[in-house]
Amino acid sequence: MTYIPAEKLAADAENVLNDLNARTEPLTPKDRMAIPMQEMPSQDPMVRRSNMEEVAIGYTPAQARIEAERCLQCKTAPCVKGCPVSINIPGFIKAIAEGDNKKAVDVIKESSLLPAVCGRVCPQEAQCQAPCTVGKALKSVDQAVSIGRLERFVADWEREQGLVEKPTVKPATGKKVGIIGTGPAGLTVAADVRREGHDVVLFEAFHKPGGVMVYGIPEFRLPKAIVQKEIDTLLAMGCELRTNFVIGRTRKITDLLEQDGFDALFIGTGAGLPRFMNIEGENLVGVYSANEYLTRSNLMRAYDKERAQTPIFESEKVAVLGGGNVAMDAARTAVRLGAKEVHLIYRRTEAEMPARVEEIAHAKEEGVIFHFLENPKRILSDEKGWVSGVECLRYELGEPDDSGRRRPIAIEGSEFEIDLDTVIVAIGNDSNPLIRQTTPGLDTNKWGNIVADENGKTSLSRVFAGGDIVLGAATVILAMGEGRKAAKAMNEMLAKD
Amino acid sequence: MNRILEKKQLSETVFQMQIDAPLIARERRAGQFIILQLCEDYGERIPLTIADADADAGTITIIFQAVGDTTKKLAQLNAGDDIAALVGPLGTPTHIENFGRVVCVGGGIGVAPLHPIVQALKAAGNHVTIIMGARNKELMILEEEMRAMADELIVCTDDGSYGRKCLVTEPLKELCEQDPRPNLVVAVGPPIMMKFCVETTRPYEVPTQVSLNTIMVDGTGMCGGCRVTVGGETKFVCVDGPEFDGHLVDFDNMINRLGSYKKQEEAHKCRCMPDNP
Ligand SMILES: Cc1cc2nc3c(=O)[nH]c(=O)nc-3n(C[C@H](O)[C@H](O)[C@H](O)COP(=O)(O)OP(=O)(O)OC[C@H]3O[C@@H](n4cnc5c(N)ncnc54)[C@H](O)[C@@H]3O)c2cc1C
Ligand SMILES: Cc1cc2nc3c(=O)[nH]c(=O)nc-3n(C[C@H](O)[C@H](O)[C@H](O)COP(=O)(O)OP(=O)(O)OC[C@H]3O[C@@H](n4cnc5c(N)ncnc54)[C@H](O)[C@@H]3O)c2cc1C
Ligand code: SF4
Ligand code: FES
Repeated sequence: MTYIPAEKLAADAENVLNDLNARTEPLTPKDRMAIPMQEMPSQDPMVRRSNMEEVAIGYTPAQARIEAERCLQCKTAPCVKGCPVSINIPGFIKAIAEGDNKKAVDVIKESSLLPAVCGRVCPQEAQCQAPCTVGKALKSVDQAVSIGRLERFVADWEREQGLVEKPTVKPATGKKVGIIGTGPAGLTVAADVRREGHDVVLFEAFHKPGGVMVYGIPEFRLPKAIVQKEIDTLLAMGCELRTNFVIGRTRKITDLLEQDGFDALFIGTGAGLPRFMNIEGENLVGVYSANEYLTRSNLMRAYDKERAQTPIFESEKVAVLGGGNVAMDAARTAVRLGAKEVHLIYRRTEAEMPARVEEIAHAKEEGVIFHFLENPKRILSDEKGWVSGVECLRYELGEPDDSGRRRPIAIEGSEFEIDLDTVIVAIGNDSNPLIRQTTPGLDTNKWGNIVADENGKTSLSRVFAGGDIVLGAATVILAMGEGRKAAKAMNEMLAKD
Repeated sequence: MNRILEKKQLSETVFQMQIDAPLIARERRAGQFIILQLCEDYGERIPLTIADADADAGTITIIFQAVGDTTKKLAQLNAGDDIAALVGPLGTPTHIENFGRVVCVGGGIGVAPLHPIVQALKAAGNHVTIIMGARNKELMILEEEMRAMADELIVCTDDGSYGRKCLVTEPLKELCEQDPRPNLVVAVGPPIMMKFCVETTRPYEVPTQVSLNTIMVDGTGMCGGCRVTVGGETKFVCVDGPEFDGHLVDFDNMINRLGSYKKQEEAHKCRCMPDNP
């Protein structure tokens, strides 16, 4: 992918659309496959390196129409099978092709509550777009129908037109449901349970709701205002929000059930315990977990140096360790905070990187320096105990391991050093132990994740759980999918009471 | 919620506030803290120990030293003002039992976090000797409260303006040499003071508990910013602590990490609060 200015993409699209509109014959599948795939317009990499505004700008209406025309409306719809919540993908794309954006967004909302979020952050190339017939026929997943971009287009269109409606709430049942954590899992449950007429109270440890969507994923990838809009809708539906409230400390699960009159609870506390590598030098000044770095920048707005009170390191040379979305976000944040050099160090190759393809491409465009098949052995310090560099080892790939990915093997004697003043560790998160430790009888597995069945039921009666606290660090759409299932089971349980 | 009910100035830079926070007042135990924020959009989150609480009245007491941006802003607030965000109680409560003879050492503002620990230790039946130290007489806080609880109270100042002219480690050493030795020492104060208390008790093998005041962001184990090295392992002060076995703490690393933002804090000018010049 190379950067193409937004104006050029828009102009090209107008031409293509004129050609399409001029046609009198219906399009054959072959014609559709010949329509050029529409690239996402984005801010110029040189400009966006120093602002926090959203990188991807979104399709123009013409681009959306054209991209929708590429869909073959396959009878078997392999794309739907690739979607964790089975959105009727051909259905919503057809509506766009017919110029009915409102219908398109309504089709999506039958299955997914946060299309503006999912259209931005879902790893589409590994989900719905992977099995798409068009991509398969053109022999590249990059050529598949851009389902995610279309999803984003209609969700943004609906919001910008002011057409987002507050879902109707059934008459009050007198039942009360508590939701712990306000990430995508918790927000989904809140909406689905509230619709049935139950009272809903959301508890959030931080001062702002939204979970990883506000404290982790940066503004330049997911504007906070979009998440806030979803929360405003929940509040308009009559959900109550209690921020600065840590379940397990301010109040325990057992208190909520036994004393505070909650009829059911949903735990969606996410995976928020940063993992470290346990190498020498990890507690030096200048070593951050990605969570701390991103929280300082996003939630505490440390990037807004004029106004924010929370400081963040003024780094010159940064290394980010890891290869997932979290690592990309940390590296690209470091670029925006003014670092002169940002190195991303990953011990396998680009092919194994778990991050979204688009984020890797964007990071490269923004000048992040990628190191593949390398991994730090220890972090080096100056005489003051501050980071001065890392000592790395080179790696090669061996046989596939349990995860199916080829295992990285260190090459002996290959040590080399990189000069740095900041290291950001982004190698994953474990689940926070607070609820487990303060809730007797709640079963967890050996990784500390809460054990829940396919309906989100935990070992405790009336207590459900879902999202990263059950799955381990996963994705927004999976967290939402789990939330929907749990909400359904909770509603059924409450209806029987 | 979070309304300041009462404010007292204890010394030139030390303030005490009673805050309306019924849920926190009910749940808190000795050793726990809150995190507060003065502005939800741009404010910094800072941890402060719950120095006292009244579960029936639904109030908590904080005692803080105005050292930087947020604490200076906080000191400007008055009874009737609200604190934008207050979360707690956080941290693992102090392990309390009847140890026998306990020496509690409080340095400067560290006397505030020590207060609820002494309360709980007394309630559990311990014999408590308190050593209170400050740079000078003006900076000595909570003396009456401590005297009322202590079986024995030793006061010292660096400049000799009050009590003994010495550092807290001097009486601590004498107590460690007595027979019987203390069963436990609890030291709370500036990191450098805790470090020297730990070095004082080490040769006598007296178990020494310290309460670490690292930089924090969330206070729930999410960011890892508060981490310290204890016995060669990484621990998170906000959830694993704030209290640790002082003989295992790597104080030099902790002191270093506390200085991470020194330069930036000094250069800081916040425009978050309307009354900021
Ligand atoms: C930097 C980053 C980038 C990511 N990028 C992507 C991406 O591009 N695409 C994608 O699909 N996924 C991405 N993910 C993963 C995705 O964000 C998560 O899988 C998803 O947010 C999980 O949702 P959740 O509802 O389970 O929990 P979370 O979003 O983690 O929310 C949990 C909430 O619970 C609160 N909480 C925790 N404990 C308590 C308690 N005891 N009491 C009260 N509240 C509590 C937390 O403060 C938090 O607000 C990313 C994650 C990170 C960290
Ligand atoms: C668990 C815990 C309990 C605490 N209890 C109390 C208490 O009861 N009373 C009280 O006065 N303070 C207490 N502290 C310290 C308090 O949090 C800091 O003084 C406060 O964060 C400083 O914020 P500021 O914005 O005013 O200053 P900043 O502008 O952030 O800092 C000013 C100066 O203080 C230093 N500093 C920053 N954070 C800390 C810290 N955590 N400890 C020591 N120095 C720091 C900085 O390096 C800088 O030089 C506690 C800290 C912890 C972790
Ligand atoms: S697989 Fe691709 S072409 Fe077929 S219906 Fe789905 S999006 Fe359209
Ligand atoms: S303050 Fe964030 S983990 Fe302790």
